[in-house]
This record gives sequence, structure tokens and C-alpha cells, in this order.
Amino acid sequence: MSWQWVVPLVSVLYLGLLFAVAYYADRRASMGRSLVNNPTIYTLSIAVYCTSWTYYGSVGRAAETGVGFLPIFLGPTLMAALWWFLLGKIIAISKANHITSIADFISSRYGKSPMLGRMVTLFVVIGIMPYIALQLKAVAVSLDVLVHRLDAGLAMKGPTAPWDDTALYVAMILALFSILFGTRHLDASERHEGMVTAIAFESIVKLGAFLLVGVFVTFGLFDGFGDLFARALADPQVRRLMTFDAMPGGYVSWFSMTLVAMMAVLFLPRQFQVLVVENVNPAHIRQAAWLFPLYLLAFNLFVLPIALAGRLIFAGQGMDPDTFVLTLPIHGDQVWLALLVYVGGLSAATSMVIVEAIAMSTMVSNDLILPLLLRFRAAFQEDLSGMILTIRRGIIIGLMLLGYLYFRLIGESHTLVSIGIISFAAVAQFAPAILIGIYWQGVSRRGAMGGLMAGFLVWSHTLLFASFAKSGWIAESVLTHGPWGISWLKPQALFGLTVFDPITHSVFWSLLANIGVLVLISLFDRQTAVEQIQALNFVNVFDKGARGGNEYLWSGFVSVADLKKLVSRFIGPVQAESDFANYLQHRLLKLDERTQAPAHLVAFAEKRLTGAIGSASARVMVSSVVKGEELDLHGVMRILDETSQVIEYSQRLELKSRQLEAATRQLQEANERLQELDRLKDEFISTVSHELRTPLTSIRAFSEILRDNEEMEPADRRRFTEIIIKEAERLTRLVNQILDLARIESGKMEWHVAQVDLVEIVRDAMDSTHQLFENKSVRLNYQAPDHPVLLQADRDKIMQVVINLLSNAVKFCAPETGVVEILGREGVDGVGVTVLDNGPGIPREDLEKVFEKFHQVHQARDETQGVPLGTGLGLTICQRIIDRHQGRIWVESELGRGAAFTFLLPRDLQIQ
Amino acid sequence: MKRRKERLVVLTLLGVLAINYPVLSLASLERMVWGVPLLWFYLLAFWVVFVILIALTMRRGPLEKS
Repeated sequence: MSWQWVVPLVSVLYLGLLFAVAYYADRRASMGRSLVNNPTIYTLSIAVYCTSWTYYGSVGRAAETGVGFLPIFLGPTLMAALWWFLLGKIIAISKANHITSIADFISSRYGKSPMLGRMVTLFVVIGIMPYIALQLKAVAVSLDVLVHRLDAGLAMKGPTAPWDDTALYVAMILALFSILFGTRHLDASERHEGMVTAIAFESIVKLGAFLLVGVFVTFGLFDGFGDLFARALADPQVRRLMTFDAMPGGYVSWFSMTLVAMMAVLFLPRQFQVLVVENVNPAHIRQAAWLFPLYLLAFNLFVLPIALAGRLIFAGQGMDPDTFVLTLPIHGDQVWLALLVYVGGLSAATSMVIVEAIAMSTMVSNDLILPLLLRFRAAFQEDLSGMILTIRRGIIIGLMLLGYLYFRLIGESHTLVSIGIISFAAVAQFAPAILIGIYWQGVSRRGAMGGLMAGFLVWSHTLLFASFAKSGWIAESVLTHGPWGISWLKPQALFGLTVFDPITHSVFWSLLANIGVLVLISLFDRQTAVEQIQALNFVNVFDKGARGGNEYLWSGFVSVADLKKLVSRFIGPVQAESDFANYLQHRLLKLDERTQAPAHLVAFAEKRLTGAIGSASARVMVSSVVKGEELDLHGVMRILDETSQVIEYSQRLELKSRQLEAATRQLQEANERLQELDRLKDEFISTVSHELRTPLTSIRAFSEILRDNEEMEPADRRRFTEIIIKEAERLTRLVNQILDLARIESGKMEWHVAQVDLVEIVRDAMDSTHQLFENKSVRLNYQAPDHPVLLQADRDKIMQVVINLLSNAVKFCAPETGVVEILGREGVDGVGVTVLDNGPGIPREDLEKVFEKFHQVHQARDETQGVPLGTGLGLTICQRIIDRHQGRIWVESELGRGAAFTFLLPRDLQIQ
Repeated sequence: MKRRKERLVVLTLLGVLAINYPVLSLASLERMVWGVPLLWFYLLAFWVVFVILIALTMRRGPLEKS
């Protein structure tokens, strides 16, 4: 079997399978059953972080530095803990502003500056080139190792011609697949569901393959971890890998690499692509925050064992440690396992290259090429989406060629990790502009630009040129004596700083320059209106009240039709038509095609375009159709500050003062009510004592008369004794009624509500008051209905009311001539009873007072004895009872014509 | 969950402390724990604990279940 044919064939088959996965996912997405809306797929797609570097390079680094490979994975683990709010904020900002790349993010934050977007893109291209070269090198080397078996790993081959170089073909095949994945059609949101699914699939393949080789090495070539580590400990060369002493640069280097990796996991273009742009639901972070570190942990479990095994087995053979993952299975005669490992490595490399190429092609086309093209040929009328796709395809091929070029220049003389870390340090330069920019509104465009520029200059001097010099591409004397012999400019000892390793040295100087320049310029800079608005929108993305202001940016003239035409040139007429219709419908607007577009519609169109061609280009395009000027700076500032902040604060203040006023009013009312209650209580007590004293006084007076006049006529004695008894009875009644009233008012009275017949109650009441009528010879008329009148009530209490009304009526009627009538009432509003008498009646001014406590109508006195007839509580109790039954009681009367007391009760009492 | 953000920041800071000088140097000894090097064991154990702590902090609070 010829491996020379099998291995490339397997590679192409694997890539075909990958494409099938992507195709299937795209199909599912178009049917509305997206696979990507899933936190596990999201997490696996983030694992695009693990590239050939992880797959081959980690083992290589571990074989030389022990645990020195770990910061690259511990950094992201630490960072994942911060994702919930940090990444959450970046995602929220990106969604709100239709941001599709890291260059777009930075340029949008700093006033949609095309210049800044261009700068970031350029830096990304330069910075990521080594990283792509690393993947090409890894795939090429693994292919060579597999094809030539063990030989290629042993010795470096001499330089080969480009057409004979595996890496070139690898680069071209990867470019082809990136084009297939990423640029089949132009999507305004720049989301690629098929690609994400394929990446997630690759993450499983590479992890599975790596774990397999780990298990094989640990348990196949050795007798488990114990055996492997014991033999490593016995070897004096390998022994030092067990502690920190093997780590070059020591703890400082460890720390700086962790820091750089923390930034890289967020800001590498491909990480930004999968974390932010391809994110479907920010809630997926919840799972990714722990599952992703777990994935990294699983990946790193066997790195050190494989490295130690390689060092032990290939001791003294000069085998390249970067190939241990592949050469160990070959050494163990597991050729098929080796082939599987090769596929795993291929998946690690392809996933990185595909996502990176897509992310970078979006950036380069949106921020570098389109703005230039559109500036010069703004009058394009045809559909541009086809041209944009062609541009992006060209960019992908160009990027791969650049990567290949870098590989040819320096690839052979560097290990995988030392190449990759150069890219990491480059990407870390974006961190200040982004992280400080989303929490501090004061960072200005010039500040961010200056910071980036300074950081990149230092980075390229201290790392990029140093790597060129190391590989002999430029004179090596630059490293030892400094450029042009200027010793304080030595790339790896800037200003004579020699205490750090090269990476820490570069990270220290570049981030110092970056942050320093950014902060200093920002402190002394004035931001333009657009910058202020964007800064406000970014920093306060979660604060709905403080956002906005976008629509104030445009004050020129453009018709709705022109605006729509502009948008449709980039996203297609059908999409543009439906987007505009949706927007207008959402805002409840009806606009004629020829009318002038309102400012917010222009802002909407700009946002829509931002999704398709990036914020800087979108701004250029919109300004090309909007006639007139942007609103002047001071106007925007005033509107913005006043509308978004001052108004919000004053609204809050108004709300607070309204709440305070309401609370004060309630307190006043409560206070008044308390005072009223207090007054009533005092009055009640004094009235009660007065009322109690009256009968007591008369009892005492008559008792004294009886005691002192022993020779009193028996008739008088008898009369006086009767008065005493009557007064005592009245006292008892009074006390009973006070107790009743107190019970009712305090809510302690027991109510026994049941179905009762009102006719029967009235009859019973008449029976028990019969004697009163007889004594005074008052006539009682009652026409009872012939059917029972049923209602829900407390029988005894209602009876009490009727008896009270009857006895009142008797009291006020003249003897002999008095007539009392009882009328039953039935109506829609309830049932009730009216008691009429022909007594003296009640004065008009007393009508409302008769129900008050202790109110006595003055005439109501027993003429014979001059004592009050009632207690003054009976009607009060009646009213309370009727109130409790949700009914009502009232009196109608005219002086001299008697009185009519009526109560009405609902038939169905709602029991409380 | 109340104060999730603060908890995550503190967790990260503790993580940075745990895997840097000088705490890390305490584990850099040529000692074996259950047959594996102490340093390697320490870092992996840290990793496992850290992942568990993130997962616990990210758990949905009773108000977030919907």
C-alpha cells in the first residue's frame, strides 16, 4: 500500500465529510430546525481554540519545558469565569450594532472610524500570518511524517522548491475549503451555521483522536501513569520536567503567557467569530463558561504523559518533539491509529484555518477593500453582492499564500509554539482598546489609534523582526547589536531590559506602550459627537435609558426609495423590501416612497448595511446618498446629553417626588383619622359615663327617699320601688347594649348566617313585643305576604333589629290613639321591612343623627316620670347589624306625622 | 443570582493567585502523589475544582428558571 496516495486521499475524504456535515446543518437551518441553537454546539465551536498548536505543539513544548505548555490553556480557563458578564456585554453590543468582526467592533466603538477599522484589519493580517503558517507547517509535517514513516521526524530536510512543497498544496486545499464553507452566499448577519456545526464536529474528532493516542501511549506503551512517571523520574534528563525548573523564563514567563492567552481566547479573529458573531443566544455562555474549560482540561490530560513517553522512547535520537503524537503510535506499530491521529491533527488545523480565513476575509473586505472601492465608485448601481463574494474568495487565497510565505521564510527554524505565541501577543494588543473601551466612555478615537499603533510597533519590533532575524531572513546582528548598531533598540532587550524572556519582554513593552498611549491621549483629547454617541452606546449597552442618539447623526435629505435602493444593492431587493416593511410596521409608520426619509430610518438603513459590509463602509455608503451635512457637533452633544441623561434623571426625580407626595398625603389622612378616632373615643367614654350615671343617680335618690321616710304611704313606696326597678333594668339594658356595640365594633361578635324567613322573624318579633303594645293600647297592623321571604342572615340579630324598631315605635306613640304598621318590602335590590308609627315624628335636623350613639330626640321622654325612654344605643346597634349584612337602614319622617324606619337586606349575603 | 458578577471576579482572582508565584512554587517539588508528579497533580486538581466552582456559580438561581 502506498501511503503517498492513501494519506492525501483520506485527507480529502475527511474534508468532504466535513463539508457534508456543514451542508446538512445549513439545510436544517433553512428548514427552521437549527442545530446551532444549542449551548453544547456553541461550546464545541469555541474549542476551535485548540489548533495544531494544541494538538502537536503542546507535546513538543511539554517535552522541553514540562508544564510550560499549560498557561495557554489555563489563561482561557480563568477567562471563562469572566465570560458571563464580559463576553455577555461584548455580545450585547455586537448584536445591537450589527457588528460582524473585531475590526468592526473597534472601529464602531470609536466613532465608526474607517481608519481605525483599516488599522485593526492590517494588524490582524500581519499578526495572524504566523498562526496560519503554524497550521500549514503542522499539517505538512504530519503528512510527511506519515508518508515517510519515521524518517521525516528525525532530520530536517533541505529547502525544497515551492511546487514540490507539501505545505503549498495544503494551503491551497485549505483555501478551497474555506471558500466553500464561508463564501457560498452573502449573509447580512455574517453567520455561518454550517461552518459552526462542522467546527463543533471537528472539535469532537480532534479531542477523541488525541485522547486515543494518550490512552495508547500511557496504557499501551507503558503500564499506566504510575509506570510512566516512575520511569521518567529515573531518567535524570526527563526528571527535571516534573518541576518548574524546566520552564524557561520561570514564573514571570508563566504569568505573561497566561495573560496573553486570556486575551487571545477572546480576541483572536476566529474566537471573536465563534464567540460573538456566531452566538445565537447569550444564555449559551452559561454552559460554555464551565464546559469549555472542561474540554481544555480533557485535551491537556495526556499532553505531559505523551511528552515524557516520547522523551523516554526516542532518547538521544533527535526526534522533533512536535511530532511525538504521530511518531509514538508509529513506533508502537499502530499505523491505523497514526492515521487517525493524523486526521485529528488535520481537523485541528482545518477548523482553525477555515474560521480564521472566513473571519479575516470579512474584515479585509469590509474594512480595507470595500471602503476604498465604494469611495471611488460610489455610483455603482448594480447588485454588489456577487462582487463582494469574489473579493472575499480572493482574500482567502491571498491570506493562505501569505501564511505560506511566512512559513517558507521562518517556519523551518521555529517550533510550533514559538510561532503561535507571536500571534497571541499580537492579538493581545486589541485588548486595551476593547476592554477599556467598553467600560470607560472617555477613551477617544485618537487614544485607541495611538495605543494600537504603539503596541503594534513594539510588538513587530520585539517579536516579528526578532523572528525574522532568528531565521536568518534579516541580519542576525540586529539581535545582538540592535538595528543600525543602536544597542538600546535591540529587539529582545529594548532599553537594555534583559530580565525577561523574549515573550514577556515583548508583552511587557507592547502593552505598556499600548495602554499608556491610549490612556494619556484619551485624557487630553476631545471626542467628536459620533464618538461620544458610540461610546455611550457601548458602555451603557444594558442601560436602556442611556442608549440611543443614533438617529440624531443624520440630518440630510434622502428619499425613502433611494435609501431602499442603496440597501438592496448589498443585501438584495427582496430582503431590503421586507426589512423596510417590517421596520415601518414596527414603528407604525406609513411612508410614501418619494418622501424624505426620517433620520431614524436613515440610521436603521445604516445599521442594516453595517451587518453586510461593516460599520465604516456602511457609513461611507449612507453618506454617499444622504445630501446635506451631518448635524453639527454642538447640536448633537446638546441633544444627546439632554435627552439621554438629564431627562432620564429628571424623570426619576419627578417619579420620586410624586411617590413622596403620595406617601405624605396618606400619612396626613391616617393622622387625621387617628385624631378623629381618639376624639370619638373620648366622647364615647364621657357619654357612657354620663348615661350610666343618670339611672344610678335616680336609683340612689329614690333609695334614699325610701330609707329616710319610713312612714311613707304604701302606694308611694310601691311607686318608688317600681321606679328603682325600672331604672335598674334600664341600667342593665344599657350595659348589655354597650357590650354588644363594643363587640360588633371590635369585630368579636359571632355571626351565625343561615337561610332564614323574614316573615317568620317579623312574626316572632311581634309576639315578643306583644305585651308592650297591650300595655299602651297601641294598635299594630301587619300585612304579611303569604309566602316565605327567604334570605341569608343571622336570625337573632335581625330579630333584634325588628324588636328594636317596634319597641321604639311603641315608645313614641301616644297611648290609645297610637297605630304602628309593619310593611314587608320585596324588590330587585333586596328584601326588607318598614315600621311606621303615628308619633310626634323627628325634626329634620335630627334625621341623620338618630343612628348616632347616645343620640336622644329630646321629646322622647316618659311624660309621667321625666326619664329618658331609651338608651340611645338601640338604633346604633341596628345600623351596625344591618351594615354587617351589607344592607342599609334609614328613616323618613316629618314633624307631627310620625316616622318610618326601613331596612333593606340583600337576598344573598356574601359571607366575609 | 445576586452578586454573580462579583463572585466570578473573586473566583478569577483566586484562580490567578492559585496558579502563580509564590503559591505555585509550593507545588514545584520532585514529589509524587499517588504515582504522579506533585506539580502536575496540583495543576490538574486546581483545574477540576475551578471548573466545578464556575459551574456552581453559573447555576440558575430560583428566579432565573423559566
